[in-house]
Amino acid sequence: MKLVVDGKTHDVDVEDDMPLLWVLRDEIGIKGVKYGCGVAACGACTVHIDGVAVRSCQTAAGDVTGEVTTINGLGQPDALHAVQEAWIEHQVAQCGYCQSGQIMQAAALLAETPNPTDDEIDTAMSGNLCRCGTYPRIRAAVKTAATKVQGA
Amino acid sequence: MGKVGKIARRTFLIGSAAVVGGVAFGVYKAKTPYANPNETDLASGAASFNPWVVIDGDTITLIGPHGDKGQGVAHSQAILIAEEMDLDLGQFETSFGKPDKAYWNSALADEGVPFPSTDDGFTAETMRSIMGGVVKLMGMQITGGSTTIPDSFDKLRRAGAVARETLKAAAAEKSGINTTALKTESGHVILPDGTRLSYQELAPIAAGLEPVTDVTLRDPAEWRLIGKPTQRIDIVAKSTGTQTYGIDLDIPGQVHAAVKVNPRQGGVMNGYDATAALEMRGVSKVVEITNGVAVIADNTWRAMQAAEAIDFDWGPAPYPAEQAQHWEEIGRSFVADRLDKTWRDDGDTAAALSAGTPMNAEYRAPYVAHAPLEPLNATVLVEGGGVTVWAGHQIPRQLQVLVAQITGHDPEQVTFINQYMGGSFGHRLEFDNIKQAAEIANQMRGTPVKLTYSREEDFAHDYPRHIGMARGAGTVKDGKVEAIDLQVAMPSVIESQMGRAQMPVPGPDSQIVAGSWNNPYNLPNYRMRGYRVPQLAPVSSWRSVGASANGFFFDSFLDELIHEAGADPMEERIRLMGHDVSRKVLEAVAEMSSWGGELGPNKGRGVAFVESFGVPTAEVIEVTNTDDGIRIDKVWIAADVGTVVDPVNFENLMQGGVVFGLGHAINSEITYAGGMAEQANYWDAEGMRLNQCPEIFVKGLENGTKVRGIGEPPIPPAAPALANAIFAATGQRIREMPFNRHIDFV
Repeated sequence: MKLVVDGKTHDVDVEDDMPLLWVLRDEIGIKGVKYGCGVAACGACTVHIDGVAVRSCQTAAGDVTGEVTTINGLGQPDALHAVQEAWIEHQVAQCGYCQSGQIMQAAALLAETPNPTDDEIDTAMSGNLCRCGTYPRIRAAVKTAATKVQGA
Repeated sequence: MGKVGKIARRTFLIGSAAVVGGVAFGVYKAKTPYANPNETDLASGAASFNPWVVIDGDTITLIGPHGDKGQGVAHSQAILIAEEMDLDLGQFETSFGKPDKAYWNSALADEGVPFPSTDDGFTAETMRSIMGGVVKLMGMQITGGSTTIPDSFDKLRRAGAVARETLKAAAAEKSGINTTALKTESGHVILPDGTRLSYQELAPIAAGLEPVTDVTLRDPAEWRLIGKPTQRIDIVAKSTGTQTYGIDLDIPGQVHAAVKVNPRQGGVMNGYDATAALEMRGVSKVVEITNGVAVIADNTWRAMQAAEAIDFDWGPAPYPAEQAQHWEEIGRSFVADRLDKTWRDDGDTAAALSAGTPMNAEYRAPYVAHAPLEPLNATVLVEGGGVTVWAGHQIPRQLQVLVAQITGHDPEQVTFINQYMGGSFGHRLEFDNIKQAAEIANQMRGTPVKLTYSREEDFAHDYPRHIGMARGAGTVKDGKVEAIDLQVAMPSVIESQMGRAQMPVPGPDSQIVAGSWNNPYNLPNYRMRGYRVPQLAPVSSWRSVGASANGFFFDSFLDELIHEAGADPMEERIRLMGHDVSRKVLEAVAEMSSWGGELGPNKGRGVAFVESFGVPTAEVIEVTNTDDGIRIDKVWIAADVGTVVDPVNFENLMQGGVVFGLGHAINSEITYAGGMAEQANYWDAEGMRLNQCPEIFVKGLENGTKVRGIGEPPIPPAAPALANAIFAATGQRIREMPFNRHIDFV
């Protein structure tokens, strides 16, 4: 099957029911997308499909028809997305393992709701687990990212 | 306090045989530095000044041997060296180095001696010094116990200073100018005429010199990096998905493995049928490992799916199958023949209790999973001449020993390449994943095998935080707390964990009472007894270890007594405090939170103080009792670490520690049924999510005389401060974690 990921088309030979997560990680080799739980309980695997945040561990490869964007396609160290800039400014990460998913979730939130309220941030971000407990910084970084997105 | 001789015979954590032998011949050995491990494979023209600094060609590498689990020590170790070496961020690479005795942990001794950290008297310090020699002789390289900063603070600054002075000596040789006329700045030696010689161009000359070891460390007033906000070296990678963790490795030729091991921990595998699994796409074989099997496939998911398709006949658990039996065994353990040690006996507690009308209470702390977000994994390649292991781990040298036992090599033939870890909380002190990957790879020599645990396998085999119970009795008199008698019963986590690691530890286990016996209160009567419960489910150190339960037991019970006395919870703790540094911590949270101010309706505040890992830490929590349950609104936390090395990381770890402590206190436990953990994924034990996270205000104090780590100390006061706040808001006293067994949370 053909998958468009981060602007590139990949031809992959996988079972229809293989989760997109494992196609990205093991078949295409995009390691920024993380495996945390496999049951959509942690959000570490969050990617965008046509701009909408989805849990790639619960998205069958055969069901993917839109364009997939991963953390590696959102921005790179030398070409950062506004949300990544904010994450760096606030030094959000500790272990960092959940942050790909957090950033993808926040980017989708801000694309839809450029100036979210505190409640909207809490609602949008609470599906993403951070075991290190960086939540205070995540909240602050989302707000900073919102000002960057609006200023852009 | 007991006599030194008695303590030496009975209470060393690290091993009495080693202590006796170590002290006997140890003075010479303990003072001799270990050889520099970098010298064995140093390229021509490259220079290594000590185990922590290498300059090879254009690259300056700073080696921080403590593993990074998210606590930011790759950065903090590097800035300690870079500060003295006059390097700027961005001018160096970092490495975790290779396992070596030279990286022995000089701070382990503090937790290993039977003296509270707040005791800096002659006897306590002497015992720490002897213990330090023992740890060095054993070459114990461990990341844990919040020891990275205490171990590194002097050692790594000195390593940087030695490199700097040696590079100056090289510049002196090259220029003919005396070193006293030379300066260093931004990776260069500066000659009097302003000529800048880069460290890299001086390295080949320095390589031929004896390192200059007579060095003076910088005055803290001159620090550029230490104590200043800096950008963590890993922050860009961790914000762009480009940080590589063990689970992301792609070793050429690797195969993927998934394991299924008896979920009754330590139980055997009687048999299995892998017929269906072997027919699944991508599966190449199924191999047996200890108490289970591994599926080898061409993709992680295929391996996991096939592992699920195997039918197993598992043997029973080697411990009571049902949770209630565990509690019964603990309840039976408050008896003389299970007394591990009376850790503290100030005043005459028995007399005080019989003279008054004691208040009694029983507290419980459950098993809790570590569940770091990166599931356990390991990649292993076994070849005739040696073994290579890629994984994140906290005890590298013991990893070599255990892998070598499996593959038949010598430990020195095991190359270990430590990886950034996606969390640990103690999980990566264990070896199962490493040993299993070695068992598989040993059956597939020449092929790199990457083992990845499914989340379910990780939960099933997460040796959890030990279970524990405390029984308190206490009295109050004239509006003051008069006596506390706390008895704590737990299985020994050290016995369980270090037994599996083949590093057995004789003597009483301080972790049974850590966080309750060592609080520096001047209570008139203060007795702390620890009871060792025979081993139940296998358990392991969980972030803050014994103090994670004892902080809750001790401080909650103290709070009960303070309320019974009719005293103010903050004022009475401050009045009782017998340690200046700790008192200032309490005063700091009182000031930060405006303690005593008017609260709105349905609100309540609690305070808690616990000293753990040498760090006095106090928290004030404010909650609101809403129609939907308790909402945690605000947390104020202050801790004294002597010197805040990295203020950004300090704040992040303090906030994260509060979240970790609160999240698990309110909703997480592991329970056993049929010998198996009943919780299989984050739905069952998720800790805290963002919507429950309070505002958290942080203050670091620097009154203490020793430099301390902050990874663990924020956890122990979190649960009692919350329980105390809930009592203040509702009148309901919660004596068992997780709290959601007793009250709802928003």
